[in-house]
Amino acid sequence: MIKFEILRRRSASDPPYTATVSYDRDADTTVAEALTYINAEILTDDPVAWEHSCRQKKCGACAMLINGVPKLACDAWLRDYPEGVIRLAPLRKFPPVRDLMVDRSVMFENLKMLGAWLTENADGDTEGTAYDASRCLQCGCCLEVCPNFYAGGKFSGAAALAPASRLISEAQGADRKRLYGAYNERFYRGCGKSLSCRNICPAGIDTERLLVSSNAAAVWKRLFRRGKKK
Amino acid sequence: MKVINIIGAGLAGLSAALTLAEKGIHSRLISVLPSERAQSVLAEGGINAALDTMGEDDTRELHFEETMRGGVMLADPAAVKALTDGAPGIVERLAALGVPFNRNPDGSLMLRSFGGQKKKRTAFAQSSTGKMIMTSLIDAVRRYEADGLVERLSHHTMIRLLIKDGVCAGVRVRDDYGGRLYDYAGTVIIACGGLNGFFPGITTGTDANSGMAASVLFAQGVKFANLEMIQYHPTTIGIPGKRCLVSEAARGEGGRLFSLKDGVRSYFMEERYPTLGNLMPRDVVSREMYSELRGGAETFLDMTGISDGTWENKLSDLREEIIHYLSLDPAKEPIPVEPGIHYFMGGIYVNTRHETCLPGLYAAGECACIYHGANRLGGNSLLGAVFGGMTAAQSVSGYRDRPRLTDGAFNGADELDCAPSEAFSASLGYMLREGLGIVRNDSGIRAALENVQMLGYGNAAERAKKALAEAMLYSALGRMESRGAHYREDFPETFEGFRSVTAAEYRDDAVRITFEDIGQGGVDNDKV
Repeated sequence: MIKFEILRRRSASDPPYTATVSYDRDADTTVAEALTYINAEILTDDPVAWEHSCRQKKCGACAMLINGVPKLACDAWLRDYPEGVIRLAPLRKFPPVRDLMVDRSVMFENLKMLGAWLTENADGDTEGTAYDASRCLQCGCCLEVCPNFYAGGKFSGAAALAPASRLISEAQGADRKRLYGAYNERFYRGCGKSLSCRNICPAGIDTERLLVSSNAAAVWKRLFRRGKKK
Repeated sequence: MKVINIIGAGLAGLSAALTLAEKGIHSRLISVLPSERAQSVLAEGGINAALDTMGEDDTRELHFEETMRGGVMLADPAAVKALTDGAPGIVERLAALGVPFNRNPDGSLMLRSFGGQKKKRTAFAQSSTGKMIMTSLIDAVRRYEADGLVERLSHHTMIRLLIKDGVCAGVRVRDDYGGRLYDYAGTVIIACGGLNGFFPGITTGTDANSGMAASVLFAQGVKFANLEMIQYHPTTIGIPGKRCLVSEAARGEGGRLFSLKDGVRSYFMEERYPTLGNLMPRDVVSREMYSELRGGAETFLDMTGISDGTWENKLSDLREEIIHYLSLDPAKEPIPVEPGIHYFMGGIYVNTRHETCLPGLYAAGECACIYHGANRLGGNSLLGAVFGGMTAAQSVSGYRDRPRLTDGAFNGADELDCAPSEAFSASLGYMLREGLGIVRNDSGIRAALENVQMLGYGNAAERAKKALAEAMLYSALGRMESRGAHYREDFPETFEGFRSVTAAEYRDDAVRITFEDIGQGGVDNDKV
């Protein structure tokens, strides 16, 4: 028997409350599956709102706090919580919508402000950075644990580091200069290098490696080149 | 100002938005979830194009022929020709957008073998090709979002089309955060994905796909085609809540299927099909696996012969995924696999310009029936989605319609502002699965149809979904032959007389099925 304690709220303006549900089925499954069962069979008239899509940790939809840790519900197995209590709560860095749903649009707005796109043809990346960085799910788990990120701030966190790193690794010409500047302003200057994002990524992206390679390209080599010119 | 409403922000929707934006045309990208959550990110193996970089003398003509043959001659040849001719340009464009495709030592795009194709023709980025293409296209479209040419309406659900004077004049959507309804005027491109929502829990797709967008269109009179053509992918594994795809790339890179019975291994595909072996088209492989399974054997995929270098450079994600879900290392031991529902060749009936039967309404991507005939070749779905989205956008850009509605909040009640219950969808899915398996027959389809017809509905969404489910079964019942993914054990032969499109319509509260000549879908909007 597993006890689910689910932090719910009817809307952003309603106060949160905890709903407790007993789940007595097979533990060899995921939190996502258990939630599906709970909604279909137990809370039929008032199902828990949560975002979900791929069910195989490739889309980032079902990110939530599970016993306080940001995780994908489809990648959290009941057997890994032997104490028998699983607490589900919405991510806290984003505005609440209802129940476990939050509004993560700030991540996409930040990428727009960063100018995360190319205007010229990509210059083929040969070091695998583009591939690794392109795996980012935009789930927001990294922002949840980041001591420097808050919604509305200029610092855009590792959820912007990954797309920026992909683009920096492939940019040429005017794109390169533009992206270097934006990276400095919206990432490098705000990152306290706590690296709390390092082991939290559900896609297993090595944020430290991206940080090192993008800092090298956008900050250090650039400064060095500038110095040499003088 | 002309604004095009695109329903769905997956690959086809993004492709349409990008093409429109490049022409300076505004669009709204309306989707239940952001693009990162779309099913397109799950595509693994690659995208086909006769780039001929592997020294095998591949040609666009051969791509055309194999796509037609793979679809058992049911696709519109004019559409397929445009698709296969356009493929090399599309893949080169994607590379220019920064998709990190695997490359040959000389820098050219590396191609791999895929099912139903005699030449290496599938460009790929390891085994996460869909995700890589999506990332690049999302960034490309973002540029135009910043310019105001593309407006994103994520967390919005399509409620219905707004039809005026027999023309699609706009769309009604619900903001899922606040629950309010809005009417948006303008031409509509549907890019809502396949019909996974009709088979909850047993497909390789996403569960964000409810099948409701397609159901509403059908209930509103939009013509569908070839609904009986459902692709079972040969190699899937069961994971909590769904079937998980094991990419065809596993076989393209050397994986071998075998069955095991009484301790004896049989490499049945290689024994029965000496030329293409494990890389026969998916309908054939799935049917052979079904026959092994029905004979009491278990079926496995043996990837132990794949080299370390190939695992590392071409299939690293796949290996990780299998270890994660099965606790088996596919490089060291065979894994158990079974066929699972993967793709819907049928859907909204469109013509080569991606026009539907309703003026002002276009469709692209998996929701549209056009390129894949009775069976889709691996590597042609990403291609069809990008090409379809582009083509629909190009057609839309030439469509001149006068404004018939104005944008604004809709304050009334809409009977379609509801959803099917989980119990309803689960029951319907179970009934469909019984009638529309890999091997079908008259009595099985009829039994499923009776069950569906007896299933009560509690709201307008359930009624619409039930109607489209009936159409799927009636289509399967009417096609009294075997062709591609539709195998009838009571009619095991393919008949030339059935080389026609199964058209399904909902008129006067009833499903009507007719067989039409290939290539007759859609109306020419320029002549309306």
